[in-house]
This record gives sequence, structure tokens and C-alpha cells, in this order.
Amino acid sequence: MTTRKEKIVLPLIAVLLGFVLGSLIVALTGRSPLAMYAAIVKGFSGLDILNGQPINSRYIGEFIIQAMPIILTGLSFAFASRTGLFSIGAEGQLMIGSLSATTVALLVRAPTVIHLPLVLLAAILGGALWGLIPGFLKARYNVHEVVVTIMMNYIALHLNNFVILHIFGSVDRVKTAPFPASALLKSPFLESITRNSRLNWGFIPVILALLIFYFVINKTTFGYSLRAVGYNKEAARCAGMKVNRNIISSMMIAGAFAGLAGAVITVGTFNFGRVIQSAEGYGFDGIAVALVGGNEAFGILLAGMLFGGLKAAQPLMQSQGIPREIAGIIQASIVLFVAMKFGIKMILDKFERKQAPTTEGDRV
Amino acid sequence: MSHIVEMLHITKDFPGIRANDDITLQIEEKSIHALLGENGAGKSTLMSILFGLYQPDGGSIRVRGKEVKISDPNVATSLGIGMVHQHFKLVHNFTVTENIILGMEPRKGPVIDIRSAEKKVEEISKLYGLAVDPRAKIEDISVSMQQRVEILKMLYRDAEILIFDEPTAVLTPQEIHELMQIMRRLVEEGKTILLITHKLKEIKEVADVCTVLRRGKLVGTVPVADTDEERMAEMMVGRQVSFHVEKGPARPGEELLRIENLNVKNVKGLLGVKNLSLSVRAGEVLGLCGIDGNGQTELVQGITGLTKIESGKIFLRDKNIANLSIKERTDLGLGHIPEDRQKHGLVLDFTLGENFVIHNYYEKPFANYSILNKKSILENAERLIREFDVRSGQGAMTPARAMSGGNQQKAIVAREIDRSPDVFIVVQPTRGLDVGAIEYIHKRIIEERDRGKAILLVSLELDEIMDVSDRIAVIYNGEIVGIVDAAATTENELGLMMSGALRKTHAAPQAVHA
Repeated sequence: MTTRKEKIVLPLIAVLLGFVLGSLIVALTGRSPLAMYAAIVKGFSGLDILNGQPINSRYIGEFIIQAMPIILTGLSFAFASRTGLFSIGAEGQLMIGSLSATTVALLVRAPTVIHLPLVLLAAILGGALWGLIPGFLKARYNVHEVVVTIMMNYIALHLNNFVILHIFGSVDRVKTAPFPASALLKSPFLESITRNSRLNWGFIPVILALLIFYFVINKTTFGYSLRAVGYNKEAARCAGMKVNRNIISSMMIAGAFAGLAGAVITVGTFNFGRVIQSAEGYGFDGIAVALVGGNEAFGILLAGMLFGGLKAAQPLMQSQGIPREIAGIIQASIVLFVAMKFGIKMILDKFERKQAPTTEGDRV
Repeated sequence: MSHIVEMLHITKDFPGIRANDDITLQIEEKSIHALLGENGAGKSTLMSILFGLYQPDGGSIRVRGKEVKISDPNVATSLGIGMVHQHFKLVHNFTVTENIILGMEPRKGPVIDIRSAEKKVEEISKLYGLAVDPRAKIEDISVSMQQRVEILKMLYRDAEILIFDEPTAVLTPQEIHELMQIMRRLVEEGKTILLITHKLKEIKEVADVCTVLRRGKLVGTVPVADTDEERMAEMMVGRQVSFHVEKGPARPGEELLRIENLNVKNVKGLLGVKNLSLSVRAGEVLGLCGIDGNGQTELVQGITGLTKIESGKIFLRDKNIANLSIKERTDLGLGHIPEDRQKHGLVLDFTLGENFVIHNYYEKPFANYSILNKKSILENAERLIREFDVRSGQGAMTPARAMSGGNQQKAIVAREIDRSPDVFIVVQPTRGLDVGAIEYIHKRIIEERDRGKAILLVSLELDEIMDVSDRIAVIYNGEIVGIVDAAATTENELGLMMSGALRKTHAAPQAVHA
């Protein structure tokens, strides 16, 4: 199999196997896998096969809302990954992005054309700053980025809660005062065409982020050096590249993507800063999205939409009497099958060879 | 005539390439049978099939007249087939005996019976004249002794058919001579030897029969006594090759590289290069020879900036570059063909085209305003591929990982020679290459010399050092033990210096002013 074909076929097979495994588990619990698929179809489109309801744009809007932040955290993980770094920090960078967005949204008074870009910029910078710290520690002192980013996630969580509770002064100990409309991505127009879903302009920065990721990684000299460092640090160093600078830049840009995700949630899905009880899983979902998407922009878009749809389908599955955890199991097993791609490839290669006319004495 | 091993009509396919195409190899008992071929000719594949590492797609194997299916190396061992790999597989902090019995330890109750094992090792060692101390630790003995441990490992397992994969690459001329004697002794005692090599001289010296492969196909099998090196080289490459590097006298000019009292630590934290001084002039090739691991790596890494030096000065022209970054050194005109092509030379997951521009991807014409220019990168790749005959499945778009080792090496050589640096550190430039490619690369190195570049050639191949260099410096234990005129020295003299037995006072280069 050629590598190009591998990149497309293997994830598809992994997705298929994930669903097969999910169906098996549903069947084992005595429920109908068909009901599960009906719920998933409904999660993506509102189309209800069992009860004969037509496509409902509200569901489409809601599933896109779910997909947007995990596409961004997927881009975050993938960007660091292309430089050979394993960043678990998207979760925390997202929280800092969210906190930065909250700060600018509450403290600045300006018309939308200025206020909203400022909010987004603050989130991007906040995330980048949170990525700079593990990047610097890695480059300067060779501290492992996995350890640092995990710890940075906890710091971010508590910093967020501290600031919101004690500085912005939450009344109900859950959220801040609502943001002014000028800071929001919300759009009555988008809501109206999706039957009052929470769909908002957040998809525009998401699309821009996807394009920027693709362009920077594949088309620029900067992307070239990042990839060189990611694939072979020693050869990059031998060729005179500034390996440490690349590591820091890469972590900062990864942080910027995650920070933007924080803004998309805070001023898009919601309109207030939130106290967060514990990690909400956007970071880990992002890792899954990046792995299934093969660390490529287009793959991340598709994988993000798939996992977003599965998330949206969870409450619907529950209403069918299927445990909502099944969606999580499907998602996890897809990632597992992607990780097993070498095994899948071996089986496929064997299958391909059997299809081809066999030569005499073939003993393989 | 009795054939102990017969490989009949062996065919083996890898994706996109037929590595072995209908190859028949018949090996007579108690003989030394050489297997000769260019890199990628299929020698290693064929031997891996015999050793059970690969399964053939077609053909059959007979051992002692009986058809066998060698599904894994354990089957090979039980059939009496053993292999000395190019890279030894030894546990360094174990003793010789512990290494030999690894995997089949003799027991006395629940404990290992090391005594009887040591006795057996000693007996075998004596029988074949190997002179190995069974109680010595691997890390304390020389490379040639380690190789003998590998041989002992096979003999301990009662191997009758011994495969040697490029066994002389790591040895000095004297050690090679000793290995040849050991091989003859093994045959006298009834063993059969299969020798994989690309060194024609060794085949002529020791082998009885030689089988030549070219691009996966069998060219022919000839008795060594009836042929000569020229004829074998022609069979291997498919055309006539000249062995001698055509070169005029050197015209050394000013000193372009001068190293003063250099100290560099090795990976163990000890000094790998000790107070070393050396200089290379414009228009000359200085060969650095020595047994592997005597400080060559540390010296090269110190000059190129891959390792931080402890102390000393490195002058490129009149500028001390000892504390500059790799990039700054490169920009000042330092070039480097690295020893480890996969670690330092190439980004294996990049395409060939991307690898060619690794030094100047950000410069015009390969980039405009930080945007890569795919077209000019591609054109550059196509030019180098043509000029240096780099072979790859999909041309410039081939991932470096998918190329053969020899072609990876050619790609690096092409990239570095194309940059034409003033001071050129060339390490093992022809490792793994076939005679034809070696000839071409040597010619290009001489061309660079004649353009007035200073070239430091570091190689473990003594022939290469002697053919290409104008002066030869010998490194032993991190020190230069002598510098001699290449035309006036002999293999024997160099061998003695390489083993530390002889020191020569420095001979100053004679400057010729045209």
C-alpha cells in the first residue's frame, strides 16, 4: 500500500472497527445497536429514522458547536506533534485562553469590530504564553514537556477559578456577570437559521486556524524547519537549524490554537466566564482528533466533526436507553484502532497479496 | 561433488522491487564461497533468507541434499547455519562465556554451570586458534576479539555453515590477515564458509568460489583461481571499472583548516580527542585513518560543532570557529558529510527533494518571503539525481526512508559536494557504495581538491585513504601518532601506526606554488 492510501484507508478502517466494537457492546447489554445508530444519525442531522422526523438544522448547529473546540485543540496537539513534541497542555491553554477572553470581554468597552478581535487576540496570546513555559523549559533545561504540560493544566484550572471567584467576583460561585454583546461571537442570524441552536461565528476562526495550520506546516520555510526538527532533531541540528527556538515557537503556536478554542467556547457557546470544576476533556479529545486525523489539517477537520457528532449524540443515546458512555467507548476504541494501524496495515497487506495472482511456491 | 547448501531459483519481492530474481547458489562442503555484489544487489536478502529472517516468494532451499523450510533463525541454527553479523550482538558487561551461552545456558540444578561452559569455550577457541580469553569482559577486549566471540558463538552451537557479513569492515590490515587464517583453519576442520563482501582483494586472497549478483540477478559463479579482480569487478558492475583514482599531484596552498591543541570529550565523558593538532591546506586531501573508535568521531564532531569542545582552537582561514554555532561554521564555508547518514545526514521522513535543500531551504530560489518554492526545490532535486545517479522509486518525491542505504549515501554526497565548501570534512563517503559509485565520488572529491578546497577525509577503508589522500594522518587513542606522505607509505606501516605500535614524527606538507 502506498503511504497516501494508508493515510486515508487506515483511519477509515479504524473508525469502522470502533463502531463495530461499540455495536457489540450495545448488543451485549441487551439493547439494539440500530437504536444507537439512529441516535448517532440524529446527533449529526436531527433526522430521526425511528420516529420519522425530518432533518432538523438545530441538531446540525449543535454538533458543529461540539466540533469547533476539539478541532482547535486537535490542531494544537498536532502542531506540537509535528515538531516531535507530545503536548498534553491544550486543556490548560484552553482555560487560560478562556480566562483571557473573559478578562478582555469584561474590562474593555468598545464596539464589536474592535472588542471581539481583541477578545480573540487575548485568548490566542494567553494560550501562547501558557505554551511558552513548557516550550522554554524543554528547550533550555530539557524538562519533559508531558510532565510540564500536565502540571500547567492544573495551574490553569485553579488560576481560572481563583480569578473568576475572587477577582471578577462571581455572584453564584459558578459564573461571572454576562459579557457585553460587543464581545460575543453569537449571531441571531445563525441561531435563527438553525432553529435556535447555539451556532455562532466561531466557525470562522476555526476555518482560518485550519487554513493557517495547513499553510504554515506545508508551505513555509518555518514549517519546513519545524517538520525537520520533528522528524529528526539531530539531522536538523547538523544542518544548522535552531532546534531550541523551533521547540519554543512550536509550543507557543500550539498554545495559541488551544487558547483560541477557549475563546470560541467562552464568547461563542456561552456569554460569561465560568468556574470549572475539573478538566472538561477538550484537551484529550483534541489528542484523539489529531491522532485520527493523522496530524493533517483536513484529517483533523473530519475527525473533529466525527467526534463532535458523537458527543452531540450522547444525550440522544441516553434517551434511547443506551448508556451515554458507549459514545465514549466508540471514540476511545477508534483511537485505539488508529494506534494499532501497523497491525491493520499488516492484515491489509496480506489481504492485498492474496487478491493478487499468487506466484507458484508462495509461502508467505 | 557434494553441495552442503543449495538455494534453487530463489525469488524474493519487496514492494516495488524484486530483491532476488531466480537466484541459484550451490555451495560445496568445506569451501569458502564468496558472495559479491554492489549495494542493493541482493546479497543480504539472499543470506537473510538462508538464515531464516525472510521467507522466499519462490524457489527452494536444500541443506545436505534435503529440502528444508527455514521459517526462523532457530531453524537455521538447528540446521547448523550460523551468522556473524556486521554489527555484533554482544552484551558489553558480560564475559565472553556469558555471551556465548546466552539463550542456551548449561545448568547444574537450578544454577548456570559456568565452569563447564568456560571449559568448552576454551577448547573450541584453542582448536581453531582464536586465542580468546573466556573470562574477559566484552567491553575490555578489542573489536577483532569481539568478532571472534561472535565466531565462537556459532561454533559453540555446532554450526557447520558459517555466514560472515562484511567481516573485515572494522579490522586493521593485520587483523584482516589473522581473520583470513582463522577462516582457512575453520575450513580445514570441516566447516563451510559463506563470505559476503565487496572487497575483491579479500576474495582473491581467501575464497575458493565467487558468486556475483547484480541488481537482484545472478551474474555468474566462478572459481576464484581462474579469475582476477578486474574480471570480478566487471561482473559486479556490468562494465569496466578503474581501480586507481586518477589524480594529478596536489598543489597545496594556504592553510584553510588549522586545529590547535584540541580536546573533545566522548560520550562516556572521557577525552576522546587529546591535545590534537592538525592542519589541512587548500588543494590537498588529508586522509585520517585509524581503527574505529580512536577519536575520529569526536574530532569530526568537534570541528563541525555537533559536540562542544573542552579546549583548543579551530581556525577556518584565520577565524577561530571553535565556539561558533553550526550554522555560523557552515556559512563560513565548512562542509560535512556525516558518518551516520541516518542520524545526522538525512531526515528520513522528508522526500529526497526536501533533503537536498536542508541547508538552504530558506534562501532563494528555494523560498520567497518565507514561502517554499516547490518547483525550484524539485528542479534542484532532479538536477542532483541526474548528476549523481541517485536511484529512487519516485524521483524527487521519494521519501528518503524508502531508498536503499547506498542511494541515501549518494544523496548526502550529492548535496554536500554541490555546496562546494572551502573546508570539507568527508567521513566515510563511500560506505555501502558499489565500485562504480565509489569511483565517481572519489573523482568528485579530487575535483574539489583541484579547485583549491581543503579536504579532510576520514575513513575506515584503508584503500580509500591510500588512493584518495595526498597526506595521511593516523589517529590512535585520540592522538595523531604520525603524518606520512600517501605515495610513500605502505599498508603495513599504516597498520602498525593504527595499532599504536609505531609513531612517526610529523612530516610537513610541501607547498608547491604554481
